[in-house]
Amino acid sequence: MNWSVHLPALVIAVPLLGAFAAPVAGLGGKPLRNLWLVTVSALTAILSIILWRYVQVEGIMVYVLGGESWALTLPSGLSWPIRIILEVDAFSAFMAVVGSIAALAGAFFSLRFMERFSGLDKFVSLYFLLTAGMLGMELTGDLFNFFVFLEIASVASFGLVAYWRDRPEAIEAGFKYMVVSTVAAMLILIAVGFFYGRYNAVNMAAVARMMRFGYAEKIALVFLVASLAMKCGTVPMHMWTPDAYTEAPAGVTCLLVAVSQASLYGLFRVCFSLYGTSLGSSVVPWTIIVMGVLSMFIGVTMAVIQKEIKRLMAYHSVSQIGYILLGLGVGLLALNDPQAMAEYGFTAMKGGIFHLINYTMYKGLLFLTAGALYYAAGTRNLNELGGLARVMPHTTFMFVIAAAAIAGLPPFNGFVSKLLIYESTFAVYPILAVAALVTSVLTLASFVKVFQTAFLGPEKSVFQHVKEVPATMLVGMSILTIVIIGLTLFPTWSLAHLVEPAAKALVDQAGYITAVMGGGL
Amino acid sequence: MTGNMPFLVVGILFFLGLYSILFERNLIKIAIGITLLEASANLLLIVLGYRNGGSIPVFTLAGEVETMVLPTPQALTLTAIVIGLATSALLLSLIMMLYKHYGTLDVREIRRLRG
Repeated sequence: MNWSVHLPALVIAVPLLGAFAAPVAGLGGKPLRNLWLVTVSALTAILSIILWRYVQVEGIMVYVLGGESWALTLPSGLSWPIRIILEVDAFSAFMAVVGSIAALAGAFFSLRFMERFSGLDKFVSLYFLLTAGMLGMELTGDLFNFFVFLEIASVASFGLVAYWRDRPEAIEAGFKYMVVSTVAAMLILIAVGFFYGRYNAVNMAAVARMMRFGYAEKIALVFLVASLAMKCGTVPMHMWTPDAYTEAPAGVTCLLVAVSQASLYGLFRVCFSLYGTSLGSSVVPWTIIVMGVLSMFIGVTMAVIQKEIKRLMAYHSVSQIGYILLGLGVGLLALNDPQAMAEYGFTAMKGGIFHLINYTMYKGLLFLTAGALYYAAGTRNLNELGGLARVMPHTTFMFVIAAAAIAGLPPFNGFVSKLLIYESTFAVYPILAVAALVTSVLTLASFVKVFQTAFLGPEKSVFQHVKEVPATMLVGMSILTIVIIGLTLFPTWSLAHLVEPAAKALVDQAGYITAVMGGGL
Repeated sequence: MTGNMPFLVVGILFFLGLYSILFERNLIKIAIGITLLEASANLLLIVLGYRNGGSIPVFTLAGEVETMVLPTPQALTLTAIVIGLATSALLLSLIMMLYKHYGTLDVREIRRLRG
């Protein structure tokens, strides 16, 4: 039997093993623990890339946990989908690659960044649990299993956000995040209960196949959309995002960005694969589009006035999530209409998905550079920082690349994905494209401000002792920089090989169902 | 009518929990609200899984029966209870640390992060 059949389970099992064996590795002292953190993260990233390659060649992979077949066949001949399955299509594999690269960068960065603090065994454990939870959410094909992985990721991230527990602000941010995300998780559980009550199944493909759009399904849809939007920090429910992103250690923030993408993945999996064409009316797509536009605009206007560098970037991530929601919302709007899909819907989805990888990469990098500034200069307040470009040339270089990418300056990758979104949303409603453009301009303005105040200007006497950050932190940042430069230099390749298969997989609901259910139930 | 009573209880628990999360000012009461929400979700799963006149899903004890309750929702509920236990414990310990730092449990006074 070919070992690559087990890839979906391995991608989740490796970080899970990493989490539980971390205290054992910690017995070997600092070098062994650091080696463990880096090796397991790198192995996870490599496995996800292999999985992605495999899915591209072989098509959708279905992995049944603990059995040969997803269904239990009774002696009477009745067969029922009860086993937990992992279902990996091109979109899931793409998300796993994005997430595990961000996790690898965060792990390298944390080696030296966290060195000054105690309790590092627990840090490594929680870091891997968070990675495993995120990858599980992205690879699973079972609604209840999605809830379980979501809770694994949430509980690990509460611990990590409140990691600096001697800081009252960190505990406060952790508590706020915890209340919001536990309520969201309970709403998801209730929605899963609704599906079970209606269809006696929690298998996504089985539910999608039997889906008849009635009252129970509508209530479940409202619960799922509201709670997943809450988890990824869109505007009416965004208040936890700036606090949690600011207070978490920088390497963790980089991973948290990727974890919020996993909730976004869940939102679109539910909308496209679970409900798909049976959504019928355009209420849900417009809800998503309106949430997206509000997030873009309110996020960026809140960001412009911030004085703390990580808080500013956190508000920008609210606004960047808006772009992704806008792109995929327009795609959802065009789902029932093949002509609209060909004209603008598919372009919008490509834009949204391309923006998703771009956003995770440059936002992760920006949070890491903010962490590097904090590590070197000891402050995150923009009013106190200044003139650091001379002493920290490498960090400055990477910050400039990330800032140019997020502001959408040509030829950077952010420009390509934003252009796709402008083009396609203009066809639906020109005002959407205008809102996106204004947001982009404000983003540029606020990053020019950060660059100007933190890196340029006269040298300050307080920062005379400041040196460039250690090499491993630079390695962590350069991983993301290399990905950004790669996406910038080869936009055609990445659109054709990374983004398009993912967008196609998301649209193809029938393919998602038949991969599991085969001919019939 | 009586068949729907459990769902009524689920609804009442759910809204009680939501109310105390949204409108209570004491952190412990917010934690109680979250626990109520968890209880309502667990109860919903169990109630949905029950079939009228069904027997317990254990072969050796059930005897001669026609319908048997499928054990899947009960397995789901057990998992959810375990997760709920972990979140409650973490929630309470965070409240403890907040009290140590701020000296109060009133949400209106724990507001160092804003803007």
